[in-house]
Amino acid sequence: MSAHAGTAGLAGSIPASEAEGTGSGDGPAPVRIVVAYGFWIFLLSDIIMFSALFAAYAVLSGQTAGGPGARELFDLHHVAIETLCLLFSSYTCGLGTLALEQRRLRGFYLCFALTFVLGASFLGLEISEFAGLVARGAGPSRSAFLSAFFSLVGLHGVHVSAGLLWMTFMVAQTAAKGPRPFVRRRLLCFSLFWHALDIIWVGLLTLVYLMGAR
Amino acid sequence: MLGKLSWAAIPFNEPEAMGASLFIIVGFLVLFALVTWKGWWTYLWREWLTSVDHKRIGVMYVLLALVLLLRGFIDAIMMRSQLAIAAGGAQGYLPPDHYDQIFSAHGTIMIFFMAMPFMIGLMNFVVPLQLGVRDVAFPALNAISFWLTASGALLVNISLVVGEFARTGWLAYPPLSELQFSPGVGVDYYLWALQISGIGTLLAGINMVTTILKLRAPGMTYMRMPVFCWTSLASSLLIVAAFPILTATFGMLLLDRYAGMHFFTNDGGGNCMLYVNLIWAWGHPEVYILILPAFGIFSEVIAAFSGKALFGYRSMVMATMAICVLSFMVWLHHFFTMGAGADVNAVFGIMSMIIAIPTGVKMFNWLFTLYRGRIRYEPPVLWAIGFMVTFVIGGLTGVLLAVPPADFVLHNSLFLVAHFHNVIIGGVLFGAMAGYNYWFPKAFGFTLEPRLGAVSFWCWLVGFYLAFIPLYMLGLLGMTRRMQHYADLSWQPYLIVAEGGALVILCGILATVAQLVVSIRTREQRRDLSGDPWNARTLEWATASPPPAYNFAVLPQVESLDAFWAMKQRGPMPPVESYPAIEMPRRSPNGFVTAFFAVVTGFAMIWHIWWMAILGLACAVVTLLVFGWTERLEDEVSGEQLAADARARARPLEPA
Repeated sequence: MSAHAGTAGLAGSIPASEAEGTGSGDGPAPVRIVVAYGFWIFLLSDIIMFSALFAAYAVLSGQTAGGPGARELFDLHHVAIETLCLLFSSYTCGLGTLALEQRRLRGFYLCFALTFVLGASFLGLEISEFAGLVARGAGPSRSAFLSAFFSLVGLHGVHVSAGLLWMTFMVAQTAAKGPRPFVRRRLLCFSLFWHALDIIWVGLLTLVYLMGAR
Repeated sequence: MLGKLSWAAIPFNEPEAMGASLFIIVGFLVLFALVTWKGWWTYLWREWLTSVDHKRIGVMYVLLALVLLLRGFIDAIMMRSQLAIAAGGAQGYLPPDHYDQIFSAHGTIMIFFMAMPFMIGLMNFVVPLQLGVRDVAFPALNAISFWLTASGALLVNISLVVGEFARTGWLAYPPLSELQFSPGVGVDYYLWALQISGIGTLLAGINMVTTILKLRAPGMTYMRMPVFCWTSLASSLLIVAAFPILTATFGMLLLDRYAGMHFFTNDGGGNCMLYVNLIWAWGHPEVYILILPAFGIFSEVIAAFSGKALFGYRSMVMATMAICVLSFMVWLHHFFTMGAGADVNAVFGIMSMIIAIPTGVKMFNWLFTLYRGRIRYEPPVLWAIGFMVTFVIGGLTGVLLAVPPADFVLHNSLFLVAHFHNVIIGGVLFGAMAGYNYWFPKAFGFTLEPRLGAVSFWCWLVGFYLAFIPLYMLGLLGMTRRMQHYADLSWQPYLIVAEGGALVILCGILATVAQLVVSIRTREQRRDLSGDPWNARTLEWATASPPPAYNFAVLPQVESLDAFWAMKQRGPMPPVESYPAIEMPRRSPNGFVTAFFAVVTGFAMIWHIWWMAILGLACAVVTLLVFGWTERLEDEVSGEQLAADARARARPLEPA
């Protein structure tokens, strides 16, 4: 978790004087490209971490140990609202990033406030789903299936929480320092991160909820 | 208040453990007192602990590796001594409980805290210099990576003093590592130490990939990169693709142990073979993460000391990238006995054998580079030649183990132990030592004493064969690994020879220490003023030894492979008229402080001190946010300063 905040927050400095190249044979690439490129690599590694949990879920999804299975537990209406919240939050996040690029600060704040509300709603819905399952005796220690379910979906939730923290930090930083280049670079990384969470959620929705509730 | 921690955690009734604890504590106190007495704290803090210079961080990685090599070796010689005497009815001097901790700690330390930091340290030091640039892509992140690795190493060593270490082997297979069978804190030490250092390694890999792909001197296209940069790229790509799997796998085991989940337990529908598959999906790429940089080092060393360009550069690059891809397709050969069926085993057996092809290509390339070269037998090239002989034997026993029917017989025997020591000592460690001897003058400005270097090499080489050939034989005789004592007296002579081999390796380690001490004391005679003591071919030798913080006042213009060799052929460069000022990242305590809180959090989680864990994590996050609030500061190096440095460097070379 802390690593996420770190990677973008600490993007280092490349000697500015030679930053004319593209990185492919004509000298070092400029900072903006290096930072975004490094963050892409980080996101790929994060997706690999998820893929290990997806694999575990695929292996363990039938291991209910006599407890409830996916079909009895998942409520697709609930999940549909969650999905809408998360996907719309990405849309508003994208609009906010564009607004900052065009120096429309009020549009930026409005979009990011919406993004935060939508992200927090997603998280709230997920927590209520988890609480409901635990209350029905279907907590993470009930069976291997539920362990894998709570960990996979929970890890995504942890990422969303870290994203909300990071988003708050970025808005505060923009308010305090203005849209300076290093702030815009970090905001670019944040928006990549937020979109990557969508990609993972689409995988989760398909593999866990849609295929589970069949 | 203190969770599971109490005075009972200190092993007062175990003399060996207490002795080791005292040794560590006294060692730390002596070091602390020395630094205080000499007044070195300010220097240490400003120049090293808070440094974001890739060269300093690389040196610290290597230093960490050398210190933990000693720790891991003490474990090794304790095991060999135990097995030399614990024959028949004898129980030796180590009870099973203690012996199990020692072999687990030995494997964990040697792989994660010796081999990994050694290779990452050399990559850190060398790659930006070879690429002709001034630092890695993310210098501040680089410091965090190092300090997180050091935090993991610290936690493993704290387990010696407070509590215990895992008794589960270096990969902690469940169900043995589950709470049901390992209720103590040993496995938790293992898991938290490796989670923390694993994040550091992942960040280091991301940093290195970005550096190599996006920061290269003008004109350095992919096919002009030195082979070490290629192998570092392959190794770092593997880190990025494999370490997240390790983090996820350990995360699941932690959830089993801390939250009562059922990923790998015997009950609740858990599946322990899931762990074994996942851990080797990381673990097999891991061995290539270690060996590929070593291949790169040998390529540099053999070309430089043969006075020739490397034979078959393109095929070397192809072979490296082929190994990088293939390494993800063979993990199942670590557990053919799982029972996946003949077809699956055959596929993985054949895939494993295929890796021998690109490796063989490399071997022939090195041979053809040596062929008709003017070879200078300096220590780096001795290690390289020792590697070529030893590694081929290890590779061939590996191909043998890749045959599933043979593996069913040899699985879990000392034959396997001999095989992986053969490739890791003969490959990774020899490579690390070759790199250490080769690049030491670049890092410190004086060469290492060659005779003691040769003594160290010969002791390691002879000691290795004495210690591990008997283990091959014992494996074929049926001796399994991880035995604390054995009934069959006919095994004992082999184990006594192996003990002798370990003692010869000890002489090699002592020779390395003596080499370092002697070299430092005679450094004035062995100064390298040219910056190029070996008449080498790549860009790291184009700058001064030790290089200035900014590496290159003007980024070199690369026009061919072996860029520095080509520059030397073209003759002296015209003097630079004026130097434009450059900016270098400013030092930052961020890495050190973050790692401090990581240790606090890890220790608290191990001992179930929840308030302290939350506090430590919160402090680590706040540290990152505080440091993230300000723009990274840079120090300007003025053009006058650069010109003065260049004049100072040129002076000793002018004829008297």
